[in-house]
Amino acid sequence: MNGGTMTEIWVYLSAQPLLWLTLTLAAYLLALALHRRAGGHPAVNPVLISVSLLVALLLLTDTPYPRYFDGAQFVHFLLGPTTVALAIPLHGQLKRLLGMAGPLTIALVIGSLTAALSAYAIAALMGASAPTLASLAPKSVTTPIAMGIAERLGGLASLTAVFVILTGIVGAIFASGLLARAGVRDEASVGFALGLASHGIGTARAFQLSEQTGAFAALAMGLNGLFTALTLPWILPMLAGLLN
Amino acid sequence: MIQAIALLLAFQLGGEALRAALHLPVPGPVIGMTLLLFWLVSRGGPDDALRNTSGSLLQHLSLMFVPAGTGVMLHAGRLVDEAWPIFIALIASTVLGLLATGLTLHLLTRHRAGRPQ
Repeated sequence: MNGGTMTEIWVYLSAQPLLWLTLTLAAYLLALALHRRAGGHPAVNPVLISVSLLVALLLLTDTPYPRYFDGAQFVHFLLGPTTVALAIPLHGQLKRLLGMAGPLTIALVIGSLTAALSAYAIAALMGASAPTLASLAPKSVTTPIAMGIAERLGGLASLTAVFVILTGIVGAIFASGLLARAGVRDEASVGFALGLASHGIGTARAFQLSEQTGAFAALAMGLNGLFTALTLPWILPMLAGLLN
Repeated sequence: MIQAIALLLAFQLGGEALRAALHLPVPGPVIGMTLLLFWLVSRGGPDDALRNTSGSLLQHLSLMFVPAGTGVMLHAGRLVDEAWPIFIALIASTVLGLLATGLTLHLLTRHRAGRPQ
């Protein structure tokens, strides 16, 4: 096969959704295999590895992101029904969750405000620009809610999506080691912290630990999304006033 | 399996409809999750098909974030220009958020467990 034919085949395939859909699944399966080979070590994070592989591939082949997304959107779409499916582990843990309603509410308020306001304050003190700050504040919340909040605050929705994913990866990598060092090892506290600080990616990590941990993470993700959407647009302007 | 997927999509659709009708600040799938939870309570739990399909989807929740995560390439310029404030703020605030949440819940529930019921 000569170079000209190869190029023709590439030009044809790279314009098809099939290619980037297949490569998304392949990158993920490779990342998952690495994750398993590393004994499930949290630093070998499947999202981080898949994204790194795909970005490298897109840059090497000079493929624009929208063309990639034409194929990858079929995977992206599954995020919706999978979020709905979180109701099943939640139902399994419902008795335990309801029995802890008081402590969970207090942990939600303290954790949510700590995550959002510390992100804003640290970046502001280090001189980040206004759109970056507004895009950073809702980063602990699940992507669609975070994007909506960022727009109300004057941030950039697509930049927020990136911060949300990076936050998820940071939380998934550090949570279990960090919390264990602080003496926190029970499934409820680890799961709730993961879901609150690192939304769906933290929840995915929590399900790797156990189904109970995952259920608490799913609950925290939903509650923090709601709480942040309702409070952050009011609280953040006050903090901004204090810092200026 | 198709039945279970249809059920999940129907609840997502219900969530989207409710969000649009009531202008709720929460995304459709999160509302759909809440609706499905109520439905499961009323029915006493999921059947095997729904449990298995949900289990397979949730096992690969990480995969669903890959397409959006790859969008990081669109913001390479800003991430490089403001690298220090962004990465310090992201890492420090996530660590603080994890510790604040985990320690609060741990201390509150440990106290409760130690108290005679």
